[in-house]
Amino acid sequence: MSDVHSKISAIIAKPSSPCPLGMLRCGDSGYIQAVRAAATLEGNELERRLLEMGFIEGAHVELLHEGFIGRDPIAVRVNQTTVALRRSEANAVLVNLL
Amino acid sequence: MTTEAVSTRPLRIALVGNPNCGKTALFNMLTGSRQKTANYSGVTVERKTGLLVTPAGMAVELLDLPGSYSLRACSPDEEITRDVVLGRRAQEALPDAIVCVTDATNLNLHLRLLLELKKVGRPLILALNMMDIAQRSGCVIDTEALSRQLRIPVVTTVAVRKSGIQNLLAQIDTLLAQLKPGQDSDSLAAPNTWAEPSAADVRAYHHEVDRILQVVVTQAGTPARFTRQLDRLLLHPVLGVVTLLAVLFLMFQAVFNWAALPMDLIDGGVAWLQQWLHQNMADGLLKSLLADGIIAGVGSVLVFIPQILILFFFILLLEDFGYMARAAFLMDRIMGGVGLNGRAFIPLLSSFACAIPGIMAARTIANPRDRLTTILIAPLMTCSARIPVYTLIIAAFIPNTSVWGFIGLQGLVMFGLYATGIVSALAVAQVLRMTLTRGSHQPLIMELPTYKIPSVANVLLGVLERGKIFLRRAGTIILSLMIVIWFLATFPSAPEGASEPAIYYSFAGMLGHFLEPVLAPVGFNWQIAIALIPGMAAREVAVAALGTVYALSGGDNAVVTALTTTLSQDWTLPTALALLAWYVFAPQCAATLAVTKRETNSWRWPVFMFTYMLALAYAAAFITYRLALLLGGN
Repeated sequence: MSDVHSKISAIIAKPSSPCPLGMLRCGDSGYIQAVRAAATLEGNELERRLLEMGFIEGAHVELLHEGFIGRDPIAVRVNQTTVALRRSEANAVLVNLL
Repeated sequence: MTTEAVSTRPLRIALVGNPNCGKTALFNMLTGSRQKTANYSGVTVERKTGLLVTPAGMAVELLDLPGSYSLRACSPDEEITRDVVLGRRAQEALPDAIVCVTDATNLNLHLRLLLELKKVGRPLILALNMMDIAQRSGCVIDTEALSRQLRIPVVTTVAVRKSGIQNLLAQIDTLLAQLKPGQDSDSLAAPNTWAEPSAADVRAYHHEVDRILQVVVTQAGTPARFTRQLDRLLLHPVLGVVTLLAVLFLMFQAVFNWAALPMDLIDGGVAWLQQWLHQNMADGLLKSLLADGIIAGVGSVLVFIPQILILFFFILLLEDFGYMARAAFLMDRIMGGVGLNGRAFIPLLSSFACAIPGIMAARTIANPRDRLTTILIAPLMTCSARIPVYTLIIAAFIPNTSVWGFIGLQGLVMFGLYATGIVSALAVAQVLRMTLTRGSHQPLIMELPTYKIPSVANVLLGVLERGKIFLRRAGTIILSLMIVIWFLATFPSAPEGASEPAIYYSFAGMLGHFLEPVLAPVGFNWQIAIALIPGMAAREVAVAALGTVYALSGGDNAVVTALTTTLSQDWTLPTALALLAWYVFAPQCAATLAVTKRETNSWRWPVFMFTYMLALAYAAAFITYRLALLLGGN
């Protein structure tokens, strides 16, 4: 029932602005719109690390699993790779939800 | 850097690839047991080399470089890979050729590293590893087309089968044949045009990889279904944690049960040998040295081996299977709460059997600060060597009654000691995080590899390697210390008509008397002070040392039974409790310090570890003793 509900919400909500990956729920999927981190030293490092792990514009992502404390960290499938990362780190990735 | 003609020395080939591409399995298959593990000078990264003889009879030196996602290095491991590949390390010659190992089921990610390696200019071979898994999943890759696109030779490999490496061996022979005699590999090389890629560069690499794969992969295949299904259980918020606890429980049951028989056999063998010596050799110093020094020393090293081997067997098995990353995922929040890495969970847990494999297992933590913190707190986990001491004191002083009707008091105290160890470790980690190992927040970003059936041969090879390292490092230290202690405890010998046991008059005894006023405030008498000295070599030695100090003789079990009675009469309850508290913290294991030195590559950290643990031990014993006196002890 909630599945239908969320599908309806998704249709009504379209076209939606890209959503940070860290805000997704288990089972959500989409395509990466942008990978943008803060313009700090840490942010640059984070952005390049994400790119190196395959988080690239146009890649397909799906949130597979969540941790049991605070739903953190998350396990995300990006194309053929499965990556575990914290929601705070994942927020640098903007996703167009399907 | 001089480069001699290749014909006068073995060809040097470096294996480079992403983590989890099966590089180590390939390395093992190519070199078998002809491997050598050392450290790169100045860093705590393992240097693995091996010898390979090609079908054409040429000798090749293989260098297994740490897995890297990019030549832009984010950790000490990746720095080594980058520096060796670029020829920046002074003591490492530039490799003659590079074999880039990739996971054929994830070329999308792995080919990017290859594009970076192409810029470096060394002769390159691309190995599509795990080709069997790719084919099974329905993936079809045109290797000829790939080779044309990349303009380098491409071979397929299946690292877990002998037949699967033939293509690679043939290609290495082809490369060797291209080198004319008297020339070196630079004749085949191109200039190094690698520069550290910016974010835009990484994107460009990815797009290039996508373009190539469009041409080359005719059928994508269904990826990793089994992994996804198994992860629904193993990464489930509740079931995943339950499974983890079950796996750990089984692991520890196996370690303690399976190790029990070999340990008994080793103990029995040592005792038999000592007995035989006592009967068949003339009395004297040499006999004493052999029986009580050397044989006892070797025995106390060997008795660790079964637990360590079994522990490493499980750790490597789970790592090869792919489960360790899942354990790190599940524990990340909890460990993160005290500033630890999720990957610290297994090393810390291993420390419950013995801190030595635990500290060695901390190598899997990439961040040096997290790794250091894990190493520094690992000895606080209640290791199995503490158990004989705990058991002795609890049996002598804690009554065998029940609390609330069903909880045994003795078991409760034992549990309390374990809990104190864990809590103090977490507290120390928190303190370290705020002081010494303070640093910027490290991202988690960790790959969860697909599950793979582990190759038992590979695991056993790894276990053998770890065992050898333990014997070389810890073993030599423990043995030499036992001999030193034998010396301290035997000289000078007791004078005629001595009233106290012989050890009273020896150097160890003098040391104990010297320490007595220092230890008196925590309730330790001179016997404890003396027994703690041999106890510095290894924790459980204190039991035998107490036996010697109280002049009890006989086999191990007889001594322990007699000790239980003797201690309960000679010590007060506050003293006993203080000794328990001392033992939770005291750094009474020289082998741990030795392994810490090896893993941190400096004396600073073992000294720091010794100091802080000693300080905590004294404080804990003091507080416990004074509190116990206050609350009505005698």
